[in-house]
Amino acid sequence: MNNFWNRKYIFNKKIDQYFKDVYDAYQFIKLFFKEAFRKPFHFKETINQCYEVGIKSLVLITLTGFIVGMVFCKQSRPSLESFGAASWLPSLMGIAIIKALAPLITALICAGKVGSGIGAELGSMRVTEQIEAMEVSSINPFKYLVSTRILSTTFAIPVLMLYCGFISLYGAYVNVHAEDTSSMLTFYQNAFSTISFLDIFEAVFKSVVYGFTIGAVSCFKGYYATQGTLGVGKAANHSVVLSMFLIFIEEIVIVQVFNWIRYF
Amino acid sequence: MEKLQQHTINQNEAVISITGLYKSFEELEVLKGIDFTLYKGENVAVLGKSGTGKSVLIKIIVGLLKPDKGEVIALGKNVTTLNRKELDELRLRIGFSFQSSALYDGMNVFQNLAFPLQMNRKNITKKEIRYAVEKTLDSVGLKDRIKQMPSELSGGQRKRVGIARTLILQPEIMLYDEPTAGLDPITCTEIIDLINHVQHQYNTSSIIITHDLTCAKNTSDRTAMLLEGQFVKVGTFDEVFDTNDEHLRDFYNYNFIQ
Repeated sequence: MNNFWNRKYIFNKKIDQYFKDVYDAYQFIKLFFKEAFRKPFHFKETINQCYEVGIKSLVLITLTGFIVGMVFCKQSRPSLESFGAASWLPSLMGIAIIKALAPLITALICAGKVGSGIGAELGSMRVTEQIEAMEVSSINPFKYLVSTRILSTTFAIPVLMLYCGFISLYGAYVNVHAEDTSSMLTFYQNAFSTISFLDIFEAVFKSVVYGFTIGAVSCFKGYYATQGTLGVGKAANHSVVLSMFLIFIEEIVIVQVFNWIRYF
Repeated sequence: MEKLQQHTINQNEAVISITGLYKSFEELEVLKGIDFTLYKGENVAVLGKSGTGKSVLIKIIVGLLKPDKGEVIALGKNVTTLNRKELDELRLRIGFSFQSSALYDGMNVFQNLAFPLQMNRKNITKKEIRYAVEKTLDSVGLKDRIKQMPSELSGGQRKRVGIARTLILQPEIMLYDEPTAGLDPITCTEIIDLINHVQHQYNTSSIIITHDLTCAKNTSDRTAMLLEGQFVKVGTFDEVFDTNDEHLRDFYNYNFIQ
């Protein structure tokens, strides 16, 4: 028994480190909830970060959303036509885009663009002692840097998702309009006719969860970056990879939970 | 560059008092029982080779690192037992100048200096901030660089802005981490003059971590030699190096040959 407690590692170095990282992540999220809703609030910095996350991602989201909507519509049309159900195209687009594509595309784009940016920024601040400089100036770096960034991704990504949804539907409409001569109003009416409030709530809920995940993961990786410039690169890379991985896991869980809710 | 002896050191009033300080990182023992006192108004240079724990010592003083054992009393507060709020209050009275300057990359010189003020002085007006920033930058000779970004400054200018950023909160104690590292001899002289100027103008007590003997000789009232985690000699610069100890002689000769 004594031997067990005197061991350097419980399992081995890697597995021990993995469990330590999970525990650290738990402590990090706990600290976020403790700090984010306690005075002083850094509203100005949160708005700045919302601008960085939201406005600066608009061009990318617009382009991607529009192309995805158009391509998805173009590829769905032949299948529906073969069943004589081409008139269902707007409804299909509405369900696919609002329920699944818009939240996922927005989250993945933001994981790549925003997540890597936050990971690299905080990572470089850590390795150049800027975070320590805040601490010794009596500024709480966790509250100023981490809380504001997590809040901004949590608020801004759902808004981006709704925007992405409308733009994707517009892309789909452009494709439909090129082949048929339906009006935009009719297209949007048909697209939303099969969508319930719960569907929109599900999409927004997903985006809130994805936004929180992207913010928390990239801040965690950046805030605890080590090993100098090598660590900055790793922090940016791990922020993207881990965020995307978690987003897919969350997608499965949330879809399942909302299906149960619909069933009951 | 010569150190001016116009300031008064009050040997009855200790501003930092360290007893039995130990710190290790996993199996590496860095500090092995440090006892040290910094008196009001004096500059103490802590000399030692790289990796002997000089920077660790001042990071413990300001609460960035926790010691394994020992007590650090700074301005009457036991740093190791303070809660977050108390530590923040104490940190307002201690300035820390980083080796890398640690300027905020995303802010210009004005914003770098204004930031600690905005965060710590709730009722301060924009006009007061502007005045304080300009006055402090003037005292380090960089008023004309107020709009520049840190990336546009030279190494020496970055150091001076870093020092100005700590001075703006008017600390009672200054901790300098390798203030002359990586600078050319002329800029080193400017930084040495600035350290002495800060001591006189702001009446600070300082610990200067360095391995540069010229800096130690010209800024310190006392010099402490750190070797393998312990202070082996403390006294005036001449007293410390007036010795036959092989390690101290090697350190002295190597520096001046360099």
